[in-house]
Amino acid sequence: MSDIVVDLEVNGVRYERTVPARLSLADFLRDSLGLTGTHLGCEHGVCGSCTVLVDGRSARSCLLLAAQVSGATVRTVEGLAESDGSPGTVQSALARHGGIQCGFCTPGFVVALTELVAEGKELDEEEIREALSGNICRCTGYHGAIAAAVELTGPDPGCAGCDQECGS
Amino acid sequence: MKPAAIDYARPASVADALSIMESDVEAKVLAGGQSLLAVMNFRLARPTQLIDIGSLAELNRIFDDDGSLLIGALRCHRDLETDPLVRDRLPPLAEAARHIGHIAIRNRGTLGGSIAHADPAAELPALAALLDAEIYVDSRQRGRRVYHAAEFFEARYTTLLEPDELVTWIRFPTLPADAGWGFTEAARRHGDFAIAGAFAVVELTGDRRLRRARAVLFGVTDRPWLIEAVELTGRVAAPDIWREFATAAMAELVDTMEGAYRWRVAAGCLARAFERAAANARAGAHE
Ligand SMILES: Cc1cc2nc3c(=O)[nH]c(=O)nc-3n(C[C@@H](O)[C@H](O)[C@H](O)COP(=O)(O)OP(=O)(O)OC[C@H]3O[C@@H](n4cnc5c(N)ncnc54)[C@H](O)[C@@H]3O)c2cc1C
Ligand code: FES
Ligand code: FES
Repeated sequence: MSDIVVDLEVNGVRYERTVPARLSLADFLRDSLGLTGTHLGCEHGVCGSCTVLVDGRSARSCLLLAAQVSGATVRTVEGLAESDGSPGTVQSALARHGGIQCGFCTPGFVVALTELVAEGKELDEEEIREALSGNICRCTGYHGAIAAAVELTGPDPGCAGCDQECGS
Repeated sequence: MKPAAIDYARPASVADALSIMESDVEAKVLAGGQSLLAVMNFRLARPTQLIDIGSLAELNRIFDDDGSLLIGALRCHRDLETDPLVRDRLPPLAEAARHIGHIAIRNRGTLGGSIAHADPAAELPALAALLDAEIYVDSRQRGRRVYHAAEFFEARYTTLLEPDELVTWIRFPTLPADAGWGFTEAARRHGDFAIAGAFAVVELTGDRRLRRARAVLFGVTDRPWLIEAVELTGRVAAPDIWREFATAAMAELVDTMEGAYRWRVAAGCLARAFERAAANARAGAHE
């Protein structure tokens, strides 16, 4: 059956590939592009480990066809580190608060948290729990991820919360 | 857990989509894919062709008309939840959308998809039925038809929609200024489909008697289940009348619902939705 030409940007790089129409975005990322940071758990939208950003908004890559995102801009966990490869703000916060153990769910948490932070709203813990309820973790018990989210979306501590000397 | 082989089309306009639908009735419309791709991954559905309408911007618009909101079928749940216009003009719609799945699901799942899919536990079909929204449907053969949501849902995953018909717009009437609404749902975890849930709308007269009280239950029978509390008209809307009413109204479902637990949960949701709606209506009357 039909093959489709997809033309999309992933983590700042443009790709043009011919793929079967039934190929999911998750399998496209993992198998065609070798970006195995996006994990597949349930393949029906429930666990959240396959979450990526499509045009800035979180989406389940197991419930999207690669064909559907032709023309779109996709960011995966690999694209959320600093340019030198060191962990990004969200990744550091998760690590610091013990929000990572085996790491299976982590890409999904990093992506979901990135979207939350980008929305720029101050959230209370209840709202954070609701916002992260689509990401299942079998190891950490969620407290670390919630604490990281509280830090990232809470009130800006300003200079009082910083021990660096930036000179400003 | 992968879908079977398929053909894929991405029409550039509603007219193109309708032509493909006319020529291939085994094809399926793909909107957000949050239900369809899940069932295709399980191979519970094996359409020959997907008609991806996801990028038809013409159906992703919203109009604030006199007394109603006209919303394109492709508006996603997350946008209904966060749109200041929806929150202001029809807050129960924003609330309904907020209870669907999780943010990543709501970013893709669409209003039209939810209406066409007709899951008996879904929030949006229930609210559409309660408010008797108008469902605009287009096809090449019959042109435009308008269905009333109160009659549209026939059974589990079954509606009046013909295979070549596309849901294009949904018109939700807004609530009268003196009406109060209430919502409750019970789910095992946040974001799961509801075990049961209810929306209620209560309108009061100047001396705080009930002019009209109506509700819808979802997750309870094979379609949104509408209840009109005619027998309460004219009574004082005291907070304690609702439990008794809910139990009586649901009596006929005792034998059809599997399990006494679900029945009790549903009756509790119905009573609480009415209580909240009546409290909101009273609060509104003070202003
Ligand atoms: C983990 C998870 C949790 C969920 N939780 C809930 C929940 O709590 N409550 C809830 O209500 N839903 C829930 N959903 C489903 C909801 O998110 C879907 O968005 C919705 O049911 C279908 O919308 P869609 O746009 O994704 O449609 P699709 O999946 O694209 O299509 C669904 C069906 O409708 C047809 N269709 C779609 N659009 C049209 C149209 N315009 N005209 C004619 N036919 C059309 C398709 O052909 C298909 O048969 C959940 C989904 C997941 C994966
Ligand atoms: S693999 Fe996509 S949500 Fe679980
Ligand atoms: S860290 Fe193991 S599943 Fe979350």
